[in-house]
Amino acid sequence: MSSTSVGRLGKGRLGALATAATILVAACGGGATPSAGPVTLNALFMKQAAYSEENVTEMAKAFETTNPNVKVNLEFVAYDALHDKIVTDQAGGAGTYDAVLLDAIWPAEFAKAKLVRDITDKIPAEYKNDVFASALAGGEYQGKFYAVPWINDTKFLFYNKKMLADAGFSAPPTTWDELLVQAKAIKDKGLVEFPIVWSWNQAEAAICDWTQLAAVMGGPDFVDASGKAQFTGGGALAALEWMKKTLGDGLTNPASTGFLEEDVRNTFSAGSAAFALNWTYMYNLANDPEQSKVAGQVGVAASPGMGSVATSGVNGGMGIAVTANSKHPDEALAFALWMASKPMQDKFAQLSLPMWKSSFQDENITNTAPELFRAANTQFTNLVMRPVVPYYTPLSGALQVALQEALTGKKAPAQALADVAAKLPDLQK
Amino acid sequence: MAGLTAARRRLRPTAWSEAWVAGAFVTPAALVILLIVAYPLVRALWLSVHDVVLTRPGEAPFVALANYARELASPDFWAAVQRSLVFTVVSTAIELVLGIALAVLMDQPLRLRWLLRSLVILPWALPTIVNALMWRWIDNAEYGALNALLTQTGLIGSYQQWLSNPSTAMWMVIVADAWKMTPLVAILVLAALQGINREQIEAARVDGAGVVSTFRYVVLPLLTPTLLIVLVLRTMEAFKVFDIIWIMTNGGPANETQSIAIYAYQTAYRAYDFGRGSALGYLIALAIMLLAAVYLRVLGRVGRS
Repeated sequence: MSSTSVGRLGKGRLGALATAATILVAACGGGATPSAGPVTLNALFMKQAAYSEENVTEMAKAFETTNPNVKVNLEFVAYDALHDKIVTDQAGGAGTYDAVLLDAIWPAEFAKAKLVRDITDKIPAEYKNDVFASALAGGEYQGKFYAVPWINDTKFLFYNKKMLADAGFSAPPTTWDELLVQAKAIKDKGLVEFPIVWSWNQAEAAICDWTQLAAVMGGPDFVDASGKAQFTGGGALAALEWMKKTLGDGLTNPASTGFLEEDVRNTFSAGSAAFALNWTYMYNLANDPEQSKVAGQVGVAASPGMGSVATSGVNGGMGIAVTANSKHPDEALAFALWMASKPMQDKFAQLSLPMWKSSFQDENITNTAPELFRAANTQFTNLVMRPVVPYYTPLSGALQVALQEALTGKKAPAQALADVAAKLPDLQK
Repeated sequence: MAGLTAARRRLRPTAWSEAWVAGAFVTPAALVILLIVAYPLVRALWLSVHDVVLTRPGEAPFVALANYARELASPDFWAAVQRSLVFTVVSTAIELVLGIALAVLMDQPLRLRWLLRSLVILPWALPTIVNALMWRWIDNAEYGALNALLTQTGLIGSYQQWLSNPSTAMWMVIVADAWKMTPLVAILVLAALQGINREQIEAARVDGAGVVSTFRYVVLPLLTPTLLIVLVLRTMEAFKVFDIIWIMTNGGPANETQSIAIYAYQTAYRAYDFGRGSALGYLIALAIMLLAAVYLRVLGRVGRS
């Protein structure tokens, strides 16, 4: 500002301006929002079916209405790109994003690399009391919280009610042995060639199925506390050998080794499968007459158990984390807590299951999809995590190859897993 | 006359100013090349001799050739090299044989020769990504056209998982690549064929040589320089293959189609080990330069003879 303009303003006017500014700053200070001006948050989310981009935008707009000085810019990427985008943004130093969506398998890696903030003390008590423990676990690493849980998800058992009825079964199976019996009967009656379809492609999807099975077949502990491999035996090996056997017996669709979750949904929706494990999102789509030939025949139940374990579910939840480089961490956290709040979750309960225990007791909410809520109520209390270790991504990559080698017959299951165990020290670096 | 020359001398620019003008024109392009080519090359070299893992920000110790040594000692690396070699040799061989056959066909005085030549260009005109996606759908285990064709003509009994079966996946990728690149070979060989002096062929025929012998002893030797150029182009391209495999099989099943370029990418981005990834990049570049050197040697010898 040149001296001429100050002179023109005059001391009186300048004084008035200064006073006004001071009052403004004082009014805004001393609260949760220390900044006086508008704040812009950049949030990174994932393109998905449930909580579509429209849903998330709607939730963000509601946040902007109740917090007028905050504007939220949303960005959506495919799941595969999400991890890389967060790492390159934070580790590369650009620091564009304030709030990012994390998969349940990433807090360990991101916490160790200091890419996200520790928000243990900032999560309100009602979250810790009323949210399912399994959802909270998805954002936890070594006792500290790094993400506000937002989506709680697991793989449910979807079954074709008509096929089961035609084969003489009135209820879905509660154990895997029962499921194999039902599948064989359906196959023998000629109702469908391959009754069970899975997502066993060389991708994270296969690890999810494997973990869920291992949890009931001996335990899902893949790596022990000292970093030694446990997946060469116990539940992990038993599950892999079980998976291979269903392929050999002709009960599992052989194309499963090339399938991801969408392929499973398409196969089931085309009426080419009687049983499928898949995430919550499939329920609405498989019952949509425009996208599915089996709409109205789709049943959902908790994942079967085996022996003394009644059910299991792989923790496929996602949470919203505040990045380490964020310049507005308080606003970002407020945004995350808003998105995860009970009112928001209840509003969109039909699209994605809420993670609040009290929502499951509310009949108005559960009546929108009673079967699904019943299955979830059982399974959500029995979720298991995949290894919570900072080197999970390379470990998962190696295990995916091992699963493929075993399922395609390239190597024996025990050999494939042993080869990964031999590489483990290299992956842990 | 002298006045005209003097005037011309005044108008003609001196050597110095010519150099300045030339420099001014070249500078923008040189800057672009420096930025896009030189900087990444140097940076990648720097990365390859340091231990850089993106999830450990701030630490980048100098490790000299440790990354290179680690890769050269890794069985996964050599397995990927072997797969790349198999892909290169087989797809180039198919493209050469089919390309020469197509070129000979297109050289014949056929009625619809113009139609044949237009159709042949089409596969090559497809973008690689589109080609890969198209073949992925053709080979699809549930709805693929290939499965439908083979089962309906009775050649196979049931639908096969072409892309998720370790024994067939690499073949399907080779077929997709060969289908796209054969037209390139055909066009180049056709151009060479049309440059051959017809008198030599007629002379051979008059001497009593059959069609096959004529081709083998007269035409093929004359085609050799072109064939060598095609060989160089195709092997160097095929060794670096990435996008067609990435779209069709993502390197699977069980890493069965993981070429050396895909291996480098996955090393860099799975474990975020940019040091090793850059070292792999340089190793691939060195291998290709070696191939190029060998070819130039052979081409030189052929050219001289």
